[in-house]
Amino acid sequence: MTLVLPIVIPLLAAALLLVVPARAVLQRSVALTASAGQLIAGLALFRQVQVDGYLVLQVSDWAAPFGITLVADVLSSILVVAVGIVGVAVGASSFAGVDPRREAYGYHPLIQVLLMGVAGAFLTGDLFNLYVWFEVMLMASFVLMALHRTSEQIAAAFKYVTINLLASAVFLTGLGLLYGSAGTLNMADLAAIWPARNEPVLDLVLATLFLTAFGIKAGLFPLFFWLPASYPTPPAPIGALFAGLLTKVGVYALIRVFSLLFREGPPLPLQLLLWLSVATMIVGLVGALAQRDFRRVLAFNLVGHIGFTTIGLPLGTTAALAGSLLYIVHHILVITCLFFVAGVLLQLRRTTDLGRLGSLYRDHPGTAVLAMIPLFSLAGVPPLSGFVGKLAVVQGTFGAGAYGPGAAVLVVSLLTIVSMARLWDEAFWKPADAPPVSPRPAPLLLVPVAALGALILGMTVAAGPLFETTTRAAGQLLDPQGYIEAVLQSGLGRGE
Amino acid sequence: MEVVFAITSGVLYATGLYLMLRRRLAQIIIGIGLLSNGTNLLIFAAGGLTRSNPPVVSEATGQLQVPYADPVPQALILTAIVIGFGVIAFSLVLAHRVHQSLGTDDVDDIGTEARR
Repeated sequence: MTLVLPIVIPLLAAALLLVVPARAVLQRSVALTASAGQLIAGLALFRQVQVDGYLVLQVSDWAAPFGITLVADVLSSILVVAVGIVGVAVGASSFAGVDPRREAYGYHPLIQVLLMGVAGAFLTGDLFNLYVWFEVMLMASFVLMALHRTSEQIAAAFKYVTINLLASAVFLTGLGLLYGSAGTLNMADLAAIWPARNEPVLDLVLATLFLTAFGIKAGLFPLFFWLPASYPTPPAPIGALFAGLLTKVGVYALIRVFSLLFREGPPLPLQLLLWLSVATMIVGLVGALAQRDFRRVLAFNLVGHIGFTTIGLPLGTTAALAGSLLYIVHHILVITCLFFVAGVLLQLRRTTDLGRLGSLYRDHPGTAVLAMIPLFSLAGVPPLSGFVGKLAVVQGTFGAGAYGPGAAVLVVSLLTIVSMARLWDEAFWKPADAPPVSPRPAPLLLVPVAALGALILGMTVAAGPLFETTTRAAGQLLDPQGYIEAVLQSGLGRGE
Repeated sequence: MEVVFAITSGVLYATGLYLMLRRRLAQIIIGIGLLSNGTNLLIFAAGGLTRSNPPVVSEATGQLQVPYADPVPQALILTAIVIGFGVIAFSLVLAHRVHQSLGTDDVDDIGTEARR
């Protein structure tokens, strides 16, 4: 029951939001309540998984390889909680004002559908269902991105749509070939039979197809170019939602599929993933240094730090993978928070161009302090969550004996500090050229920033237990026997 | 029969990808359509082609007649076709909007027009 709630709550909310009268307050309240419900359901799921290890639901009691399976392991449950947190932050931010035209054309229901798609992708136990959840999520994101019709945004939306459709087609191709050879798409069933089948050529083809498809969605080098072109254009809450969650679904799919199917597969795709992660970090951060716009700097930082979240998988040790998983949690919180900060800047100065920003620390010290938390956390300044995350990744990488990638992680961390210090200097410290037009920041716009900032601080305090949890998640991923048994045996003896 | 399917789906992939690399929006959308249909055919062929043996338990024997057509790929394709249909419809509307607001359907011009 707990397993379906994170999917069903947003679904019902989306349906309800379509019939509720189009009064802004009413719509926003329903959306926020639903997101809070999803967060609570996620927390309940998390607690239960902590006790049981795995939670499995066979929809309509169809036994495992044949029906629709929902599974939650530790990783899924952590990510579902993160979906809830981002959902609540986005829901709360809508009280600070949404473009009325947007709101009239289904802004709130679409966000609920998006949240449902992301939660579904994290909880499904079937590869074809993963494809369907991807599409649910993408369709909602397409419309959200294209809703506002300035020319730049429409152009960005078209690129986003095309590249994502290509990724879906590549994913589907892989699924077709996999089904043709294995005769099943249930993840646990595949994990049980696939690694034992000795088909090196098909393995290589499939791993490459999945790496390409999920690499596009995650924003890995060299498939990331669509991301900085499209993410900075939509308004802050949508940018925050996309940046926080959508790329992570790609990362999750990579981790899930590779740990289940290709754990004994050909080493080449994993080697490739390792060096692609390194390249993603370097290119992303060097790209960030070249940008002159707050939101574009963030988008390139988003890409660069995706490398931190994928590097643990190819290294294959529990510590490295646990570090990357911890980094995913940190990255979701921080990047979401930073896109909200960009929204605040936009409201204060009507621009995010670094050349025209400045003096914010003098004019709005409170806002500046709030913005400082995510900025310095992404940079990895102790004791914020970025330091904890980066430390875990560095320890994992060196612990796995990968000194080259480990060195790259350190260099990129330095570049992140430079990039964040530059943002801080240009936007907050530097005296502004023009006498700034500064209305007071809408307090409601600061609520999500402050709340996420508090969570970032909280993550430092709870770093120990959190790292233990991600270590457990990594252990489950690297030894899928428990996953296989939990799914395949839950179907037996319950139906009759 | 598999050979025909393989070649057809290969041609659809090739033309679809070629069209997606073109500059005009309409061609890109047609490319997306061809590509998704190529994928559908591929799933169909990969699932195995069995003619005129539906997976229905016959009343006389109470058993499935072997070999029977695998129903799963057909269900997968049906889902994929519906999703593809929705996606194509959305892209058409989006392309129409692009053309309306920018007055061009050339991908290169969209970038420069938008920055103006």
